[in-house]
Amino acid sequence: MKKGYFGKYGGRFVPETLMPALMELEKAYLESKKDRDFQKELIHLQKTYIGRPTSLYFAKRLTEHLGGAKIYLKREDLAHTGAHKINNAIGQALLAKKIGKKRLIAETGAGQHGVATATGAALIGLDCDVYMGTDDMKRQALNVFRMRLLGARVIEVSIGSRTLKDAINEALRDWTTNVNTTHYVLGTVFGPHPFPSMVRDFQSVIGKEAKKQIMQAEKRLPDYLVACVGGGSNAMGLFHEFLGDNIKMIGVEAGGKGIDTGEHAARFAGGSVGVFQGCKTYLLQDDNGNVLGTHSVSAGLDYASIGPEHPFLRDLGKVQYTYATDDEALAAFELLSKTEGIIPALESAHAVAEAVKLAPKLSGDKLIIVNLSGRGDKDVQHVAAIKGISL
Amino acid sequence: MNRIERTFKELKSLNKKAFIPYIMAGDPSVERTKELVLVLEECGADIIELGVPFTDPLADGPTIQRAAERALKEGVTLKGVLALVKDLRTKTRVPLVLMTYYNPVFKYGEERFVKDAKDAGVEGVIIPDLPPDEAGELIKTAKKADLATIFLLAPTSTEDRIKKVATASRGFIYYVSMTGITGSQILLDGSIEKSINNIRRITDKPVAVGFGISTAEQARAISGISDGVIIGSAIVRKIQEAPEGLKDFILKLREAVR
Repeated sequence: MKKGYFGKYGGRFVPETLMPALMELEKAYLESKKDRDFQKELIHLQKTYIGRPTSLYFAKRLTEHLGGAKIYLKREDLAHTGAHKINNAIGQALLAKKIGKKRLIAETGAGQHGVATATGAALIGLDCDVYMGTDDMKRQALNVFRMRLLGARVIEVSIGSRTLKDAINEALRDWTTNVNTTHYVLGTVFGPHPFPSMVRDFQSVIGKEAKKQIMQAEKRLPDYLVACVGGGSNAMGLFHEFLGDNIKMIGVEAGGKGIDTGEHAARFAGGSVGVFQGCKTYLLQDDNGNVLGTHSVSAGLDYASIGPEHPFLRDLGKVQYTYATDDEALAAFELLSKTEGIIPALESAHAVAEAVKLAPKLSGDKLIIVNLSGRGDKDVQHVAAIKGISL
Repeated sequence: MNRIERTFKELKSLNKKAFIPYIMAGDPSVERTKELVLVLEECGADIIELGVPFTDPLADGPTIQRAAERALKEGVTLKGVLALVKDLRTKTRVPLVLMTYYNPVFKYGEERFVKDAKDAGVEGVIIPDLPPDEAGELIKTAKKADLATIFLLAPTSTEDRIKKVATASRGFIYYVSMTGITGSQILLDGSIEKSINNIRRITDKPVAVGFGISTAEQARAISGISDGVIIGSAIVRKIQEAPEGLKDFILKLREAVR
């Protein structure tokens, strides 16, 4: 396989200015994997700062309510800052320090990656600027304030569709301008090589823990893994450790208002292969190669493209992809809150929605692990607004 | 020999430098773009760059981002730009180079793009998000069709990168004046000259400089140390904000590049 590729997907499609920085980053990342001091520091921070391992929780009442397979939740919502994003942000912040960068930049959709990067910057002592679309700043106002509290500058992106993809464009423009002093903490398994591999590796701790935990709890591997897929880092983090096992894996994209309406972010259901923001992968685009607008109730899944390893795994038949609509995700959001006392992020609620469909079709001896990638505090205001309740 | 190469060769024999203005195709309309190309030629442009609008122009600053938005609203596509070039070829022979992001080309199909571009009368193509490392097929196909592939170098480029880009480039090498995006502030502190001298130690292909050149004074300074001067954002802004002064502005820039 060509370097930086997953089959025919991936690559490094960026302006020349960034090529040397990506090569430097690739070298540092490969070295860090073998660097004992680096790994020791990372593991120490995972344990004492992020709060790992996060628990694998048997959702008894949800299981009983659905009446079928046993549902376990991998509780990434319990990680520091409330989502899996911190796993990657801390790893990259350490790497940035190692290669002598003074400043971190990041894009954010739901705000979780922005918060995680701002946290990493505060922890290590680096400057931090976060790009966020105007529309996302409105629906995730709480996270905007959190980032500011953490000492980061939040830069509003008001061009284009004013959501995640535009924030990535702006972050890439910033990185092109300030590449000598700045590291771009890309938040998902996307973009130019080495980001898709590097972010997956930082997130793979999720699957490694889950495998141990399910063996402890059930003395066997699960039958299904379910995770939501925006860029796809929480899914890749859970799936990767299990790729050698014969397990059904399901990635859940944002079905928005339904595929027929065109207002969604289901790249496999509605997209085709393209080259976008640094890599070759599936993309929602028109016949002329322009990128289409997307819609999802969850800002973190509201993105026109998907990390390049996902179509690779899909082509191999290792992972299946489906979608949950806004309404299904909102129903799952409420169901999990009421049956388990866990308010999931709207992103994670898409994975829960798939479990709601899947579990009743399976017998009681089957096991499903759902990656509960984040907590829903950030979404409470947005959901209230959808329900017409003013807080 | 490609017409771009010939242009640089002729200029060199006359001890002159190339003046390469950039405009966004379809901004503010396709008809106006046709007129503008003829105006640029009349004012002495040696080569003209035509931007192809794209939804996510990550190497461009606000001026060209907005121009792309306007052109997209006009319904301009890569296919439309090729038709525009074909039409222009009945009126002018000035070498035309497309500046496009990669996805429209990928979606169009590389082979088909090279063929149709050449048939339409395009002389070269610049794709800022396609480094030579990812352009193997395109380089091969374009070479066969005699379509110039113009790659970029930047202040961050190492010697290895310079070698790679120089080998892959045909027509000229596009040196990006700064670490930044189009329309940023240029800094004339001697570092550009140093970088160009580094490039010239490795290749004898012509080197044109772009990004951030907005005044006649800057154009004059850059033409003194390179083989050509590319001016985009400043012209695009003039077209949008003060079109009545466009011709004078172009003539001043033309006069400065020598």
